[in-house]
Order: sequence, then structure tokens, then C-alpha cells
Amino acid sequence: MRELSLHILDTLENSLEAGATRLELVIDEDSKHDLLRIRVSDNGRGMDTEMTRRVLDPFFTTRTTRHVGLGLPLFAAAAERCNGRLHIQSQPGVGTTVIAEFQHSHMDRSPLGDLPKTLMAVLLSERPVDLYYRHTVNGESFELDTAAIRRELGDVPISHPRIRSWLSEAIKEGLADIQESAT
Amino acid sequence: MPRLKTLEDLKKLREDAQGELKVRLETGTKIVVGMGTCGIAAGARETMHAILAELEKREIEAHVTTVGCIGMCIREPLVDIEQAGKPRITYGNVKPDMVPRLIEEHLIKGNVVQEWVVGRLPTSP
Repeated sequence: MRELSLHILDTLENSLEAGATRLELVIDEDSKHDLLRIRVSDNGRGMDTEMTRRVLDPFFTTRTTRHVGLGLPLFAAAAERCNGRLHIQSQPGVGTTVIAEFQHSHMDRSPLGDLPKTLMAVLLSERPVDLYYRHTVNGESFELDTAAIRRELGDVPISHPRIRSWLSEAIKEGLADIQESAT
Repeated sequence: MPRLKTLEDLKKLREDAQGELKVRLETGTKIVVGMGTCGIAAGARETMHAILAELEKREIEAHVTTVGCIGMCIREPLVDIEQAGKPRITYGNVKPDMVPRLIEEHLIKGNVVQEWVVGRLPTSP
């Protein structure tokens, strides 16, 4: 996967598969410490210690439709290439947190890529889900909570054509703002 | 903060959307894009984006949603199109550059693009 936002999408999709109804994506870009930190947390069914260890094995998957699960091993490899690492914390019945850390300036670090596209792919999931997203670039943050948006929308779904265009634009503008203020 | 202003926008949008909603849900078109690891690696996110862009360009209103892996990984990106009263058609290996023709043929002219079909489900009751 050429962009970190594709790994993020894949990790968020894992959360959906685990039955999560609330996702958190927190991205922190910190030039001073030359660190990029990506955290995905969910309230899905969680995993025991044995399974938490095994999800980093490419020949392990919870799926029955195919026999390999490459998502997290690929994400871990991407972090390790850049003097970083991937940690997973999980508790059955509570949820899972995946944290990937990268040396921000590392020459092998893939770009974050198109985060609005990633977020829209998750928000348009058939499974109803709420997403909290916070993205910080050198102290400047953009924040989005779809639970608040859903409350405002009432019975109009987020997948409604007008709502999804509005939301996609709002995310793009928000990210452009923090990039601008931070540089 | 621009956030408050955008929530105000949302109220207006909601009112507009509410009126048309019922009609659309009954007669509307549903497009589903596979978004498992296999789909993502094959470019499903870009395919979904191309679909959204094409629908917007042609002012077609359809509900677009994503699902996980359904097991036909080799045919990803997979795109299902379902229209009321018609069979649900699954298209395989749908790349962004195929999207304009797909929308034109299937949604506008009402023709199934046979050579891209990998599955079909009979009309749901």
C-alpha cells in the first residue's frame, strides 16, 4: 500500500469487522520530535493475548473467506522500515487500540495520502459507525466527531448524497487549514 | 471556529434532504463497494471516489456504501449495483477509468455491462 491512509483505512475496516460502533483515529505529526504517530481505537469485540500476538502473523486471519490476513503485518512492516513500530493493545469485550509510530522525516516513510477519501470510505460503511478524528500538525488540530453530526442530521443518513459531499469538503478544508497554520 | 458555522450549514442541508428522502429510499439506486484489505490493495478506495465523482458530475442521486471482504478477493475492486425491481449485479476488477462507462450504461441507459459482470443475485422480494 503506497499511502499510510490506506493502512489506516484497512485498520479501521478491521474494527468494523470486529463489530465496533465507535472508532477513534488520532494522528499526531510532530516535527520537533520528528515523530508521526497514528492511533486507531475501537469498541469492537477485542482479542485475547494469544490472538493479539497472532494478528501480526501474515498467515493468521479471523476470516473464513480466505486464509491469510495481511493488513496489520503490512502496517507493522511500514512502521519498522522507518525506525518506528506498531503496538496493539486489546481486551476481549472492550476493544482494540493499534498505534503505529514512524520517524516523520524517514526517507522510506510513505506519505499520509488522501485522508478525506479514507474517512469517507469508512463513514459510508453499511455498518452504522461513529468516528472521532483528530489530526494535529505541530500543535494545530482539526477535530471531527460524526456522533455530533448524526445528532444534527436526525433521520437523514450520512450516506445521503448532499450530506456526503458536504462532509467530504468539510474534512478537506479542515486539513488544509491545519497544514497552512502549521507551516 | 469554522466548525460551528459548518454545523449551521448542516441544519440547512438536513431540511433540504429530509423532504426528498422518502422518495429516494424507495426508488433509489444502491451501489456497494468492497473495502476489505484485498479491495483496498486493489484500489477500491479510488474506485469508490471515482463513483462518487461521476454521480456528482451527472447529478445522479444514489446511495453509495462500503462493505468488508466477501471472499472474491481476486476480482477486487468489486462493485455491486442494486436498483429497485432489478437483479443485484456484481462487477469485478472495477478500476476508476471504468466507472464513467459503468454509470452511463447501467444507471443511465439501463444496460448491464456483461463483460464486467462476475455475479448476479435475483431481485430481492
